[in-house]
Amino acid sequence: MNKKGFFGNWGGAYIPEILFQTFQELNHEFEVCKKDSSFWQEYIDLMSTYSCRPTPLTHATNLSRYFGGAQIYIKREDLNHTGAHKANNVMGQGLLIKRMGKKRVIAETGAGQHGMATATMAAKFGFDCTIYMGEEDVLRQRPNVFWMEKMGATVIPVTDGSRTLKDAINEAFRDWVTNVDNTHYALGTVCGPHPFPEMVAWFQSIIGMEAHEQILKQHGRMPARVYACVGGGSNAIGVFKRFIEEPDVELIGVEAGGHGLETGEHAARLCGTGASPGVAQGYKTMFLQDDDGQMLNTHSVAAGLDYVGVSPILTDLWEQGRVRFEAATDKEVMAALDLTMKKEGLIPALESSHAFVQAFKEAPLLSGDDAIIINMSGRGDKDIFTIAHAFNDPSWKEFIIDRAREYSR
Amino acid sequence: MQLEQQLRNRLQHKKILLMTHIVLGYPSFEANREVIAQMVHNGVDCIEMQIPFSEPMADGPVILKANQKALSRGTKVTESLAFGAEMAATYDIPFLYMTYYNIIFKYGEQAFMKECQRAGIQGLIVPDLPPEEGADYLHLARENGIAPIMIYAPTSPDERMQELDGHGAGFIYCAARRGVTGTKSEFGDEFNTYLERCQAATKLPLAVGFGIQDRNDVNALKGKADIAVIGSQTIKLVDEQGPSAVGPFIASLR
Repeated sequence: MNKKGFFGNWGGAYIPEILFQTFQELNHEFEVCKKDSSFWQEYIDLMSTYSCRPTPLTHATNLSRYFGGAQIYIKREDLNHTGAHKANNVMGQGLLIKRMGKKRVIAETGAGQHGMATATMAAKFGFDCTIYMGEEDVLRQRPNVFWMEKMGATVIPVTDGSRTLKDAINEAFRDWVTNVDNTHYALGTVCGPHPFPEMVAWFQSIIGMEAHEQILKQHGRMPARVYACVGGGSNAIGVFKRFIEEPDVELIGVEAGGHGLETGEHAARLCGTGASPGVAQGYKTMFLQDDDGQMLNTHSVAAGLDYVGVSPILTDLWEQGRVRFEAATDKEVMAALDLTMKKEGLIPALESSHAFVQAFKEAPLLSGDDAIIINMSGRGDKDIFTIAHAFNDPSWKEFIIDRAREYSR
Repeated sequence: MQLEQQLRNRLQHKKILLMTHIVLGYPSFEANREVIAQMVHNGVDCIEMQIPFSEPMADGPVILKANQKALSRGTKVTESLAFGAEMAATYDIPFLYMTYYNIIFKYGEQAFMKECQRAGIQGLIVPDLPPEEGADYLHLARENGIAPIMIYAPTSPDERMQELDGHGAGFIYCAARRGVTGTKSEFGDEFNTYLERCQAATKLPLAVGFGIQDRNDVNALKGKADIAVIGSQTIKLVDEQGPSAVGPFIASLR
């Protein structure tokens, strides 16, 4: 970071005046925590007793043999409590909220994983909790909505704009400016105004710190490449951060190719040509927007990647050429997911499956002595409705029809 | 600066000025034209014209919907600027643009300021651009004789208000309370203390906005602020009763 809150040309804190004071307090608290090694220890203790840290690094021997190239290792963020890397950030912010003495937490959610994690954290720490979720995502991710409500959170469907992640973020900001005195906004990704990108990256960096140690132990040296899917970018930064300083490790971010980049129905910001510099949602980055600066609609089979902006930290690494960006289409994602289930008995989330697509394309081109790491950011069983629908699974359909008949009696 | 002087001149004849808000292209430029005519003929002193943006983070439901509908009708920035220029040339009151920073950033800050200057636009309100991020914007605005309006919030500490005062021109926009646009404010003791803090921090005129709905609200501000801002209320009125209802409403506020 050079200028406060900027990563190269990207980031900043484009916030309304009403939030100025609260950001001063948040920045102060974050700075204190960063310097306090007991805070990080408290975080590690919490994550190893409440969640499942360190998460394993799994050698996917069947997939490695199948592709006949690099040794494929999978970082198992799906084994976190609530089923995704989102818990890392949320539990960290929970500790911060306690220190700041706030009693209420709000969050946006796309796939529902961040909302789930936040509702869980709120239940554990005794905070009131409101989750904003785009109406379209509420429909796509009904099981997560069910659990959030069961844990005591209020889930508010957002009916404005494209009714997805960006609109949920806007609505969470509107809540925050209204209830700023007692409320903390636990932003779920490495986007938004400073200090969120830096703070969320800090909590998520635990992924790469573990993976770095694990790959050395299991493979004996650094991996050739590390793959992660990129929506806002929190799991990607999380697994990349420790490896940035290892010059021989190539880092690959995989964006949502949706129906294909040529169709315009995708969420590829950094690997396509549709994005341009802009300022929205409190930060400067590459946005998918028109010539007037109006944000475009995005599409992905994975709700968590369906977002117009991308982390300023990743945009900087992209500009420096340190991270390469690729896209995976909805169709490729389903094929990679299918193969991973069949070969390894693992169910990656639709989001995470994007990273698998690119890793599968490149693994055969590498030698058997090379290792690659795929960050499996979350588990896919939460996507059962979407996945079953995409596979057009006949027995699942029959089950739903029967159950609906039973309910409508 | 120019805007401040014009407002001061008007304040010599009136106890409080009225500033209104419209969203350009909503429900149409034709309706905007009629609404503005009614506003001016019924004694509005200053109008902020919002160039619609797809992510209006600081706006409440009424203005948010207006932004979205204006955009879904295909409203373009260049049309908005042409319309603004037409209004500024037609009426003898100050016109401002209100918009979010991305609109200006994408248009090009320099080009945008030149356009405003040519059109006779007097000031800009950009709620998501704090001075820390707006060095170029502030510099270019002043260079082109356009007032960059600063915003105070009840949560702004005294030192912060003074700092903002140093960057601003024209007047200071005081958000009456926490929250987004369009919700009713309570004008109690806490509010009075806040306005006293605002007065102490700046010599610029004070405009008070967020949720002003009737004559009582306007009267409550007399002696405490210089400009009452009516935002969402006129938009609601046009939605419910059409542009012709705006004139009588404005007249009823004095």
